[in-house]
Amino acid sequence: MNATHVSARQLGLVSCHACHLLSRMPKTSAHEVAHCSRCGEELHQRKPNSLTRTWALVIAAIIFYIPANYLPMTITSTLGTVSADTIMSGVIYFVHNGSWGIALVVFVASVLVPILKFSILIYLLLSIQFKSIWRPKERTRLYRFTEAVGRWSMLDIYVVTILVALVKLGVLGSIEAGPAAIYFAAVVVITMIAAAGFDPRLIWDVVEEQNE
Amino acid sequence: MALLAHLARELHISELFMSGATHQIACHECDLIHNIPVMPARAAACCVRCGSVLLQTKVNSIDRTLAWTIAGLVLYAVAVSFPFLAMKNGPIGNETGLLSGIQQLTNQGIIPLAVLVLLTCLLIPLIQMLSLLYIFIPMKLNIRVKFAIPVFRLFKHVKPWSMMEIYMLGILVSIVKLGEMATIVPGLAVIAFSLLIFVLNFALSSVDTHMVWERLERKS
Ligand SMILES: [Zn+2]
Repeated sequence: MNATHVSARQLGLVSCHACHLLSRMPKTSAHEVAHCSRCGEELHQRKPNSLTRTWALVIAAIIFYIPANYLPMTITSTLGTVSADTIMSGVIYFVHNGSWGIALVVFVASVLVPILKFSILIYLLLSIQFKSIWRPKERTRLYRFTEAVGRWSMLDIYVVTILVALVKLGVLGSIEAGPAAIYFAAVVVITMIAAAGFDPRLIWDVVEEQNE
Repeated sequence: MALLAHLARELHISELFMSGATHQIACHECDLIHNIPVMPARAAACCVRCGSVLLQTKVNSIDRTLAWTIAGLVLYAVAVSFPFLAMKNGPIGNETGLLSGIQQLTNQGIIPLAVLVLLTCLLIPLIQMLSLLYIFIPMKLNIRVKFAIPVFRLFKHVKPWSMMEIYMLGILVSIVKLGEMATIVPGLAVIAFSLLIFVLNFALSSVDTHMVWERLERKS
């Protein structure tokens, strides 16, 4: 298809984020923003402030992740006894119960996925800032994986919602959502926004600069 | 290398504005320019440098999208109006709907969480289906409507926030968790909801994004 690898940036062209129409980058002053002629979306050569925004959001998410794990996710009261469950104690409950499959699913969604997401995003950010040209294709794939997998962390939030609905103040007891639920929801939402604001084309810009 | 890049620059820009047969797309993950030939139906073009999908063509995009979307709306109506899960323990029972959990969270004062669940499991899937109808019905009838372009842009933006399949997995986890306490009986709405996950996915994968943008552009 293309013998010489040329990017839109090198040709002074810009690809619309929403509709992918390729147009010439209009010359605008600092305060003006160009808009796509087809769909009206703001045109940016690269996602604006991608590195700074992603860093800020990843750090915010890591800070929220601490109370999300430390505080209780659900507060169960049955027949006079009150017990608080954190994310990890929920996983351990399933292990003791013999439900290994479910324990694994919850562990992956609530513990592994957020940690993987923090680590991958930080690695990608550092690799760009240190001008790494090592395996750009694999790093792009890593980014795609991070973007796709992050939403599954919502699992625990939904479990809390369903439990709370099913076990309403009855003879059986009641379940209330604990403070960790909000922090954990914030972690999921913030990391999703962080991944969406990261621009994988920055990985390739570094590679192109080295080749020029 | 500099000369090559320069030559390529001339070539690409002239091609971009002169030839009608091919068009150019920049890979949205690595920014590499590709000349896209006229593609056969049901084909995908991938980036030669990073492997991401550049565009996909579909067969009968308009009819299939409309059919799946209408089926989806019917299932959606069933899913929100019929009982979702019931918990039984001897004579004591508690029946819940899709909205009960959200209501309960609101009662407990955790409103941001209630809003998040409401958006990701109910409102955004509905927005997706309604915007598909709003774009594809006029397209089918060959008429033009206002705001089709912003609606389609909205449709693209909300997509990652539609999370019904994760909610379904949440139901599974909850059933196991409460299994010792009581029996959980799935209601009609659960069946509708799980079918809706597939139907909405079929609707989304029938959308030929490139075709939609081209048609919306021609009209405006
Ligand atoms: Zn690419």
